[in-house]
Amino acid sequence: MMRAVAAILRRDLALSFRAGGGAGIGVIFFLCVVMVVPFAIGPDQKLLTSIGPAILWIGALLASLLGLDRIFGADAEDGSLDLLLLAPLPLEVIAFTKALAHWLATGLPLVIATPLLGLLLGVEFNALCAAALMLLVGTPAIAFLGSIGAALTATLPRAGLLIAVLIVPFTIPVLIFGTAATAVAITEASFFGTAFKLLLALALFSFVIGPVAAAAALRIGRGA
Amino acid sequence: MLLTGPNGSGKTSLLRQIAGLLPLDAGTISFAGFDRRDETHFVGHAAAIKEALTVSENLAFYCDLYGSKVAAPDAALARLKLGSLASLPARVLSAGQRRRLALARLVAIRRKLWLLDEPDTALDMEGRETLLAIIAGHRASGGMLVMASHGTLDVAASRTLALDTDAKAAA
Amino acid sequence: MPRTPRMKVSELANPNRFMRMAKWMIPLFAALAAVLLAIGFYFGFNAPAERDQGITARIMFVHVPTAWLALGVYTMMAIAALGTLVWRHPLADVAQKAAAPIGAAFALVCLVTGSVWGRPTWGTYWEWDGRLTSMLVLFLIYLGIIALWRAFEEPLQAAKAVAILTLVGFINIPIVKFSVDWWSTLHQPASVFRLDGPTMHASYLNPLLICALGFSFLFAAMLTAAMRNELLRRRVRTLTIFAANEAR
Repeated sequence: MMRAVAAILRRDLALSFRAGGGAGIGVIFFLCVVMVVPFAIGPDQKLLTSIGPAILWIGALLASLLGLDRIFGADAEDGSLDLLLLAPLPLEVIAFTKALAHWLATGLPLVIATPLLGLLLGVEFNALCAAALMLLVGTPAIAFLGSIGAALTATLPRAGLLIAVLIVPFTIPVLIFGTAATAVAITEASFFGTAFKLLLALALFSFVIGPVAAAAALRIGRGA
Repeated sequence: MLLTGPNGSGKTSLLRQIAGLLPLDAGTISFAGFDRRDETHFVGHAAAIKEALTVSENLAFYCDLYGSKVAAPDAALARLKLGSLASLPARVLSAGQRRRLALARLVAIRRKLWLLDEPDTALDMEGRETLLAIIAGHRASGGMLVMASHGTLDVAASRTLALDTDAKAAA
Repeated sequence: MPRTPRMKVSELANPNRFMRMAKWMIPLFAALAAVLLAIGFYFGFNAPAERDQGITARIMFVHVPTAWLALGVYTMMAIAALGTLVWRHPLADVAQKAAAPIGAAFALVCLVTGSVWGRPTWGTYWEWDGRLTSMLVLFLIYLGIIALWRAFEEPLQAAKAVAILTLVGFINIPIVKFSVDWWSTLHQPASVFRLDGPTMHASYLNPLLICALGFSFLFAAMLTAAMRNELLRRRVRTLTIFAANEAR
C-alpha cells in the first residue's frame, strides 16, 4: 500500500510542477492579494504592520482556495479517476494522499512565501515567524477541507469558484483560531496557547473528515 | 462475454455498473470467488493518460497503484509497440498510440476480470491483431472478459449479449 | 533607456543563422559586461561617500541599472510582441519568451536591493514608495507573462496570447505608474532624468552609466543564451513529435 501511496504522491507532484501544472500561480496570487491591500487602505506603515498578519492569513486562505478543483477534477476529465476508484486501495487513503500532494504543491509554497510577503507589510520578525508557523498548521487544514468540495464537484467542468463558495464557511474556524494564535504569539511571545492548540485540533480533524467525506462524495458521484 | 448493440443501448453503462462506477437501478451484481476491487481491469473510452508524464511514467504509475505485476512495464510497452516512445511525454501520442498505452495496462498488471469498452477504437489493423492476441492469451490462462464492441473485433465469444434500447431496463 | 540587441535581430531572421552567431555573441557580450561592470563597480565603490546616506548609497550602482533594465526589457518584449503579431518575425516570440524571466530577475534584483537600501534609510525593509511599488507591479506583470507561457503547451499558440498580454501591459504600465505615483505621497523626485539636467554628481553619475551599460550587455549575453536554449528546446519538441509520428 505504501508503494501505491508513494506512486500517487509522486505523480500528483510531478503533474503540479511540470509545465502547465500551475503550482507557482498560487504564490503569485498570494503576492497579488498582499499587494492590493495597501493600495486600498493607503501606505500607512503603522496600520499595515498591525493588520499585516491578518492580511497574510486572508491572502493565504484565498490562494489556498484557488486550484482546489484540480485535486479530483483533472483526474475525472481524463478517466484516471475511474482507475483510481478501482485501485485495490481504500478510497479514503487515495483522497488523503491526493489532498496531501495538493498541499505540498500549492500550500507549502504559500507558507514559505509568507515571511517575504510579510516584509512588504512591515510585519515584525517575531510576528513573521508566528504567522508562518500558524499557516504551516492552517493551510493543510484548508486543503483537506477543500478536498471535500473538490470531490463533490469532481465531475463538473470549471468548478473552481463553486468550490470556493462551498468551502469558505468551513474554513472560518481555521481563520479564527489561526489569526488568534498568531496574535497571541506576537503579543505574548508564546506559540503554544489555547488558540494554537485549537488550530492544531482543527487541522487534525480536517485530516480525518476531509478524506472520509471526499471518499464518500466520490463514491456517491460514481455509485461505487 | 461480448456485448453488442447499437449506440445508446447501454453497453457502456452495463460495463460501468459491473465495474462499480455507476449505481444499479435495481438488482445486484455478484462476483464468484474474488473481490472486484482486487481483480478488475477497466478500459473505458477515456484513456486515463496524463499528457505531462512520459509514456513509461504513465504505465509505471498504474503498476505501482494496482500492484501484482506480471510483466515488466518495458515489456508491456514493447508488446504494444510503444517501446521506442517510452521516454517521450504522452502528449505527443496519436489517438491510436494512446489507446495502445491504455491497453498496455492489461499486459503489465494481472487481473482476472477485464472490462473493455470498445477497446479497438482508433487502433489500426496491426494494433487490432495485437489486441486479439492479448485477449486470447488472457482467456487461455483462465481470465474472464466482458467486452463491448460494434463487432469490429473478430473474437469467438463464449457468450454474446445483444443489447437493444428495449432491453436496457431488463439489463 | 538602454538599447537592447533586439534592434539588430532583423538581420538574424533565420534561426539557423542566429544559432551560428550566438556562438560568438554570447562570449563577446559576456566579456563586455564583465569589463564594464568591473570598471563601473571599481569607480562606483571608490566614489566619495554620499552626504546623507554614507556608503549605503553605493547600492545604487546595482539598484538603478536593474530598474532601468527591468523597464527596458519590457519595452524590448513589447517590440518583440509587435514582431510576433504584426511582422511575424520567426525569432520574435523566442526573444520574448527568453527575455521574460531575465526581466523578472532584474525587477527582483531591483526590489531586493531597494529593500536592503531601504533598511538603513527608512528603517524598514519595505516602504510603499511610488517607484518601488511600481516596480513590484511590473514584477507581477512579468510573473503573469511567464505563467501564461508555461500554461500553453504549443509554443506558437502561447506566443500570440503572450504577445497580446505584453502589448496590453505596455499600454497600461504608464497608467499604472501614474496611478501609483498619485497614490504614493512618500517619494523623492526622480534625480537622474530631469529637464534641467542631471543633479547627481559626476563621480556618481559616470560609474552609474558605465554600470548600466555593463548590465545591458549582461542582459544581451543572457538573452542570446536563453534564446538559443529556447530554440534548442523547440527542436527537441519537434523531434519528439516527429519520433512519435514515425513510430505509429
